[in-house]
This record gives sequence, structure tokens and C-alpha cells, in this order.
Amino acid sequence: MKITREDVLRVAELANLELTESELSTYGAQLASILSYCEKLNELDTKNVEPLAQILESGAAGADKDQAPDGGERQHLRNDAPRDAGIIREVVRRAPDGLDAEPAYFRVPKVIDR
Amino acid sequence: MSASPNASAGAAPPAGSTAWTVAGIRRALESRKVSARELTKDYYARIERENPRLNAFLALSPDRAYSQADAIDAKIARGEPLPPLAGVPAALKDVLDTRGTETTAGSRILKGYVPPYDATAIERLDRAGAIFLGKTNCDEFAMGSSNENSAFGPVHNPVALDRVPGGSSGGSAAAVAAGLAVVALGTDTGGSIRQPGALCGVPGMMPTYGRVSRYGLIAFASSLDRIGPFASTVEDVARVLEVIAGRDPLDATSADHPVPSYSAGLDAPVKGLRLGIPAEYFAEGLDPAIRQKIEAGIGLLKQLGCVPTPIAMPHTAYAIPTYYLIATAEASSNLARFDGVRYGLRVPGATLGEMYRKTRGAGFGPEVKRRIMLGTYALSAGYYDAFYLKAQKVRTLIKGDFDRAFQQVDLILTPTSPVTAFRLGERTEDPLAMYLADIYTVTGSLAGVTGISLPCGKVCGTLPVGLQVIGPHFEEGRVLRLARAFEAAGGFEL
Repeated sequence: MKITREDVLRVAELANLELTESELSTYGAQLASILSYCEKLNELDTKNVEPLAQILESGAAGADKDQAPDGGERQHLRNDAPRDAGIIREVVRRAPDGLDAEPAYFRVPKVIDR
Repeated sequence: MSASPNASAGAAPPAGSTAWTVAGIRRALESRKVSARELTKDYYARIERENPRLNAFLALSPDRAYSQADAIDAKIARGEPLPPLAGVPAALKDVLDTRGTETTAGSRILKGYVPPYDATAIERLDRAGAIFLGKTNCDEFAMGSSNENSAFGPVHNPVALDRVPGGSSGGSAAAVAAGLAVVALGTDTGGSIRQPGALCGVPGMMPTYGRVSRYGLIAFASSLDRIGPFASTVEDVARVLEVIAGRDPLDATSADHPVPSYSAGLDAPVKGLRLGIPAEYFAEGLDPAIRQKIEAGIGLLKQLGCVPTPIAMPHTAYAIPTYYLIATAEASSNLARFDGVRYGLRVPGATLGEMYRKTRGAGFGPEVKRRIMLGTYALSAGYYDAFYLKAQKVRTLIKGDFDRAFQQVDLILTPTSPVTAFRLGERTEDPLAMYLADIYTVTGSLAGVTGISLPCGKVCGTLPVGLQVIGPHFEEGRVLRLARAFEAAGGFEL
């Protein structure tokens, strides 16, 4: 399988990784070798096979039996309600550039120019 | 390995001895032969002596350990009942968040990070009275099979210092093997508990997916990650597992499935258990000396009345590509959170994007970057169907192998690793060759089943061999029962 320098650059861009020149060539060769090996999967006919994303069958995974908005019982997912973990100040104090203010926040380089 | 410890010792078993067990510590504490503080002090002395050679611990937490020990000693003084793991010195893999103790996941990107909370498994160990000695070294973000991907140097295998301990939970396995902790927690995504257990010669267990809450575990691959115990005896593996297992509202994938007393069921009979022996796990690539030990282990279990049964698991050969595509895809998504904003390293940049790219470029090591690249590629437009979706479909076929096998047999027996502990540096040049060594462990990871690696003799007199016992979902009790019978019959010293 062929992986071009442009392929590697595109993937690094998607992954938000700054790579050196030597990393670009090393990863290009290694990805080609690993992905070629992965093409072994094409030996298998999976036309009628469902993909598996979650191992536990429905009902086996834990469930808080919450009331769904329609009044029915909803398995697996708790209500999407925020809860205060009570540690926000500790969190921002540990951040690279957090501000222990009210409300607490993280500072980042300017995102929007105006 | 005897289940009855050297509890008659004045303060602690002799230096280097691993004779303390959970039950032995409890008896020694109750009869006031030793205090939890003395025991803790003794273990820190061992760590101070041995860790410079092993590099098994990355951070120690004496303040917390001594306060935990003093709480146990106070209970004893007041005559209160002791919790199940009272005074048990424990080592914790550094991918598990621990309140107040630096937690790095073996990565420069988290150097200096001190979590403000405990992972659920950690909190449960704390409530059970364990003593947290410190955090153990591991491959960066649990990605590796030799511990050589740690940003803080590799762990050395206590049985042969020029060899790897296995990975990624190499520090936890080495700590237990060297007697620097009585029990340890590791994590297993593709073999990261079982394989270092095999290479260091200690039992290590991967519970069923969902058996132990992953809350507070720094995620690698969320559909595969498990937390599980190492210990010197099967009984102690069971005692730790029954404490950390069970439903947790903070992890939606944790199972609402009853947690039996694994330790109480250990001595139930094993006679008549059907043990599946898949031919695919004994094919080309298996070190003949390992094969010989595994066959001797199977022979021993036959003598105990178990029934070895040949089975077929035809998709085994496809497990490595399936695992590496799925695990890296999930990792590329999970590790997006390390961007210099909320925790760990930040490398300044003129724009937000530049800050992300520089921080991640400088903070992640080579294997983590390689896997993020691989996973990003497998998920990217044009390749998703050919790689990621294809792997998810083959995962269904691999799980089907296990479903069919468990209609025929009660447990499956295989080698844990095709090789014994190899030399440091011997395999770092070729990532694909390193991945291929995970062949016997990634299958069970993909199928979500439970498995344990047990010591099964040594090759050349020093290098431990691991026997893997795999059980169906939530049948940890059955796996441990067979493991205990194997241990009691002398299987560890075959």
C-alpha cells in the first residue's frame, strides 16, 4: 500500500500533530507497512456481517432506569443533566492557563479576529 | 505458591520475600504482630532499595499511604471490624487518576498533572482499606507491549534486569513480582495486564468488559479498556476483583450484573470442566519451549479431572489487524483531549490551532503519535469503510468464534504470549513485529470476555511462561476457580 508525503501531511493536519521532517518520512513508511498488513482483512467476505461497536448486548450494560421525556423507561443512559462535581476551582488551578475566578475559565490564544 | 502467608514473622517477611497475602496481612494486623504503618514503612524501604534498578514506580504517595495505614491502625486499636483489604500495600498503574498524586499515563504531555479526584476503582480500593504506595510505570497511554514506550524510561523485569517486563502494565507486574507491592492494578486493552503478568511470572486478570468501572481511567480505546488486578496468588486476585467490580453510575458501560464473592467460590470443584484448546493458538510463531510448558499445564489440569477439548477459532489470524485498527481509531479520538487547554503541557502558539499542534507534537512520544496517525487515517474520509468499518465487521466474526466455542466448552486455554521476556531494545525498531506478539491476547479483548494469565513454569530456569485461561462474559468466578486449582496443584512451578 502506497502512502504519499501528502497523505501523511493530511492525516497529521487532521490529528493536530506537528511532525518533523524525519517523523513525516518514518511514519509514512510505517503506516504503509501496517496498513498493508491490515489489508489481510479483505480475505474475509463481510457483506452480510453487522459491525460491532459495543460488546455488551442490550440490557446487559448497566442502566439507571430514568424516566424518558415521553414518560417511558429509558435504559442505558442517565438523564442528560449537569451535576456539580465540586472541583472546578481545583481543575482550573491545575490548568496550563486557568483562571480561578467566578466563573472559572481556561485562557487560550485568540480564536476570532475582529 | 502457598495461600498461607508467613504471618508469624515479627514485622514483615524477609527482604525480597513476596509472602504477604491479603489474608496473611489481616491475621497479622488482628493479632497485632504488625501494624499497618510498620508494613507500609517496610514496603517503602523495599521500594527505595529495589526501584532504582527496576524503575517500576514513577511516583510515590507516602502522605496518603501513611494516613491510610494510620486509619487502619486506629480501627484495630478501637477494636472495629476491618475492611476487606485492610493494610494491603497496593501499586496503581499511572493511567488511573488518583487524587493528590501525580498521574502522567507515562507521558510527557501529562507531566506534573495531579488529579483532583479518584477513579472509581481507586476509590473502591481506598474504601476497602488498601494502602496506596504509589503509581507504576507503563507504556505511554498504555500503548505498548514492552514498557519501552514510557516517557520516563522502561521498567526492568525483576527476573532478568536486561529484559522487558512486558506491557503496558509493566510497572504493576514488576512491582508485584519483585515484592514491592502485595497487589497492583493494571489496565488491559489488548493484553496489557495478561502479557506483563506472563513475562514477570505473576497472575494478572482482565475482567469482562463492563465488569469494572472505567471512570477516572485515562482512556485509550473505550470499547476495549479494562481495569484489573495483579497479585501473587489467585485468592488475592479474587479479593481485589470483588472490591473493584460492579455498577457505577459514572460509567454508562459498567454492567449492572451482580458481583459474587469470587474469593468464597475459589475451592469449588473443577472436575469435569471442559477446556477448549484452540489449534490456532499453537501454530507457527509459538516458541516451542513455551508450547511444552503449556501442554504440561493442560496435562496437569487433565489430571485434576478437567476435559481438554480441541476447538476451532478460525478468525484468530485476523485479530491483530482488527485490533490495531479499532484501538487506534478510538485512541485518535480519545487523545484529542490532550491539547494544552485544560491540563498538562502547553506549548505556546500564535493561534489556537498552532498551540494544539505544537503541544501535541512535543508532548506525545513516537508510538502514541504513530497510533494517532494510524487511527486518524482509518477514520478519515475515503478510508473509513475500507479499514475501520471492515475491522468492526471482522470483530463480529471474532466474537462469533468465542460464542461458538463457549457453546462447546466451559473455558478456553491458550499461551498468553508466543515469546518469553525479550531483551530491552531488541524489538523497538519494527512496530509491526511488536504488534504481532499480541496475537493471543487481542482476541479476548475484542470479544469482551474475561481472561487471566497464570505462571506456568519457566524456560531456561528463569523466564516465566504464562498460561491464559479465558472465560465467557461475567464468568470470572469460573476462571478463578480453575486458576486456583491450577495453583494449588503446583502449576505455577511446572
